[in-house]
Amino acid sequence: MSTLHLDAEALYADLLSGVRDLMKPDTVLVGIWSGGAWLAERLQRDLKLVGEHGVISSALHRDDFSSRGMTAAADHTKLPFDVEGRRIVLVDDVLYTGRTIRATLNELFDFGRPASVSLAVLVDRGGRELPIHAAVSAARITLPSEQRLSLARDAGGRFSFDIKGPN
Amino acid sequence: MLSRRNPQLNSHGELIHLLSIEGLPQAVLNQILDTAGSFLSVNDREVKKVPLLRGKSVFNLFFENSTRTRTTFEIAAKRLSADVINLDIARSSAAKGESLLDTIANLSAMHADMFVVRHSESGAPYLIAQHCAPHVHVVNAGDGRHAHPTQGLLDMYTIRHYKQDFTKLTVAIVGDIVHSRVARSDIHALTTLGVPEIRAVGPKTLVPGDLREMGVRVCHDMKEGIRGADVVIMLRLQNERMSGAMLPSAGEFFKNYGLTPEKLALAKPDAIVMHPGPINRGVEIDSAVADGTHSVILPQVTFGIAVRMAVMSIIAGNNA
Repeated sequence: MSTLHLDAEALYADLLSGVRDLMKPDTVLVGIWSGGAWLAERLQRDLKLVGEHGVISSALHRDDFSSRGMTAAADHTKLPFDVEGRRIVLVDDVLYTGRTIRATLNELFDFGRPASVSLAVLVDRGGRELPIHAAVSAARITLPSEQRLSLARDAGGRFSFDIKGPN
Repeated sequence: MLSRRNPQLNSHGELIHLLSIEGLPQAVLNQILDTAGSFLSVNDREVKKVPLLRGKSVFNLFFENSTRTRTTFEIAAKRLSADVINLDIARSSAAKGESLLDTIANLSAMHADMFVVRHSESGAPYLIAQHCAPHVHVVNAGDGRHAHPTQGLLDMYTIRHYKQDFTKLTVAIVGDIVHSRVARSDIHALTTLGVPEIRAVGPKTLVPGDLREMGVRVCHDMKEGIRGADVVIMLRLQNERMSGAMLPSAGEFFKNYGLTPEKLALAKPDAIVMHPGPINRGVEIDSAVADGTHSVILPQVTFGIAVRMAVMSIIAGNNA
């Protein structure tokens, strides 16, 4: 059991208001599979945006492919709009080393050249290994590197955090 | 030395070579099919390439002729960003008397990361897999009469695409089964994936009776074999592999076992017709069927690229 208590629902409210400020008329939301995709789905609804949000997977561009191999069914990427010339807000649950974001950006650019890409996350846990930062982060925390933090969603659609590994 | 465990799997049970479908667990087959599904959409992108094999060299070693298989392997490797080297081995070193293992040793010295091998001798890809360096992966692209696992897998992908559930299907494999490595791979895959009825249909000379031991229903009567089938897999009559008079004539074969619209009418109304290619029109299949609404022969070719991408990316990501 961890002593750390993160109220995912309260943080979501902060994320919602932060993302609202980022939105321009032509901006689209793209959630990173899987936790970020849940967040984007709910943000799309709460911001009353028309159309569908996008979902993107980093699997095909990961830099740890040679050591970790293919991770199950790889490609969840679904971008139901033209990426070319779009303003895009990427959404993820946890920002850590930045490697997932790097891979995701490569994936995104395989579909076209967006006008801009910014990043909104629920939790920034530090530990960056690449020059990447989030425009919006609802919380900043520090966790030991052995701990894994990820978003969970229950049947009713409510968010909570899963923390795995030693305290 | 032959290891006791399946030489295609590492100690974690992960796929490191693809040599045969025989002995592969259902989970591995499903992983390949699921991964292939995710690669199909790469065709819809502005950039039709993913970098999973960037910096890797894939050597296509075809000791036996092939156009479709070699080309789709080449496309698959290139879509994964690998460097692809095609060797027409039949006309070069082997013709000059170099042994298979010497050829492999020389190509390994050129820093090959993966060999895609077609050979007329059953077991040649196994031999290569046992003698290459630990970081090198081997894919069997057809060996003798033994196996053609990527064709088997793309057939499974095709069936799953059109029929979803394997566990209620009747699948008829028709024609020259005795010479067919495709048939053997299909039967192993269909069995592992839980298909309840697999039929092998053809004349006694071309359908070995020992197939019954593999749980296959042997039918020498075409009408009986095709009746009520959900999937009909037609095989090519392999003249080049036949020795002696196994058949009266191609015309006679077509009359008895060629797939015509009339015979196909005995199968389920929504049956699909498959063929590994190249097709011999008027020998094993009527043009009206090959080009008809039940035919999924061309989608098979498209799916073949995605399936080969899946196989190569999975084995390249697993270490011995």
